[in-house]
Amino acid sequence: MDLKIDNVSHSYGDLEILHNVSLDIPEGKIVCIVGPSGCGKSTLLRMIGGLEQPQKGKILQVGDVPKGCLNALTYVFQDFALLPWRTVEGNIKLVLEDHRLTAGQVEEIISDVLSRTKLSDFRTALPKQLSGGMKQRVALARALAVNPAVMLMDEPLSALDSQTHELLMGDLVALWERAPFTAVYVTHNLNEAVRLGHSIVVLSRRPGRIREIVEIDIPLADRNSSSIDLERKQSQLWQLMRDEAIAADQELLIV
Amino acid sequence: MSNTNKATTSSDEVFKTVIFRGGGYSPKPLSWVGLSVFISLILMLEVLTRAGIITSLTMPIPSDVFWTLIELWQSGMLFKHLVPSLSRLVVGSLIGCSFGICVGIIIGLFSLARAGLVPLVAAIFPIPKIALLPLFVIWFGIDETSKYALIAFGTFTPTVVATYGAVDNVDRTLIRMGQSYSLSWMSIVRKIVLPGAMPGVLSGLRISLAIAIILLVAAEMLGAEYGIGAYILQAGSLYDLERLFAGVAILSVMGVLVSAMIGFLERIFLKWRV
Repeated sequence: MDLKIDNVSHSYGDLEILHNVSLDIPEGKIVCIVGPSGCGKSTLLRMIGGLEQPQKGKILQVGDVPKGCLNALTYVFQDFALLPWRTVEGNIKLVLEDHRLTAGQVEEIISDVLSRTKLSDFRTALPKQLSGGMKQRVALARALAVNPAVMLMDEPLSALDSQTHELLMGDLVALWERAPFTAVYVTHNLNEAVRLGHSIVVLSRRPGRIREIVEIDIPLADRNSSSIDLERKQSQLWQLMRDEAIAADQELLIV
Repeated sequence: MSNTNKATTSSDEVFKTVIFRGGGYSPKPLSWVGLSVFISLILMLEVLTRAGIITSLTMPIPSDVFWTLIELWQSGMLFKHLVPSLSRLVVGSLIGCSFGICVGIIIGLFSLARAGLVPLVAAIFPIPKIALLPLFVIWFGIDETSKYALIAFGTFTPTVVATYGAVDNVDRTLIRMGQSYSLSWMSIVRKIVLPGAMPGVLSGLRISLAIAIILLVAAEMLGAEYGIGAYILQAGSLYDLERLFAGVAILSVMGVLVSAMIGFLERIFLKWRV
């Protein structure tokens, strides 16, 4: 299933957030969206996920939702959004309970996603016992459990310290290599974008419009932090964003 | 520059320990302190009343109150008073709190209910329910029903306010998360909103149940043969201070037990809290 964002505009009151954004998200690819703060990238992601309605334009699903998919558009939140009163296992069960699965099927899905996210030993732990990186792994396991057609990731690593950040980025690449998923990945971290994105969409400052789409055709597994090609792509992105970022930083917030 | 500085000051450098100023503001459990405050207060009263500094007209001797309690227990009258009181407390507060929790959740979830009921609750809340007692007697009769109604009515409003506040405080990202996984409305309410509101509801119950004990006594002062309230009223009209204080002590113990019970529930239901 592909996604098509068709001419989306949105404003909060008089403040225009997004202006005529059109974008295709092809199946099996990770599309990163970067842009200065306040450019509407998170708003765009919420619209793709159906959590907010665009005032103009449409978000379209192209083709059928693949079989066995329980929740086509699945969100991964920046602050993990785990239920603190449920264990790791219970948090994953939560999203399976409404789907009339047999106990055996649920068990199978849970042990599968826990082993994919290296959490098998932490099944009965409560979120308060887990570190930030582990919490985000649980959230990823929960997202994988519903076998999503598209994963919508809203700065999933930005609440983590930089070491955990690096580890989880490796995990994401490994997960994708094992079973390529489609993802829209919003981030403000350019390094993250060049490491994970097959294409990187650069938004301008508010009102956000697409400034450029940068394609990177190096396979995800071959990208590492010392690659010169990536370095070059990253500085190209920074050149694109620098002036926008400065201008965005100096804008007064009218809230 | 730093070199020359050091050269001139090295002989008379003053070493001062950095003063610690980060303590306090973190309550620790000190279980024995509460008990010893009780004991030392009672001991002080005992000494002062026995020595005659406090006359027996203003304060009974604590040990006499204690013996009155023992006597009450041995004569079997304690349970004759306690059983009706406890059943009134349980039935009345059960009705009031369960209705209160339901209405509070409805207010928390539906804007229409909120707009309609919040002003109503705000209007009912400050009415001293004791003032309505004669009215309750007319509506529900002089028997148990009017006592249940008074306690239920008194516990209802604080429970409503605590519950809808608690529902309001449920983390919205958790609800958005539920929606993003297309959970049904019932699932979101049952699995996200209710457990999330639990801490607030339980701390609201603490207040509601304390109010229930106050209203219990008020209800029993009007037309009850047995009950702690009736016992206290009787003792008061005879100016029998030992029995008056024995009754008050029973109420205090009830308050402590209710609070301990809520604490127990919190430990079970809120194990997940950080």
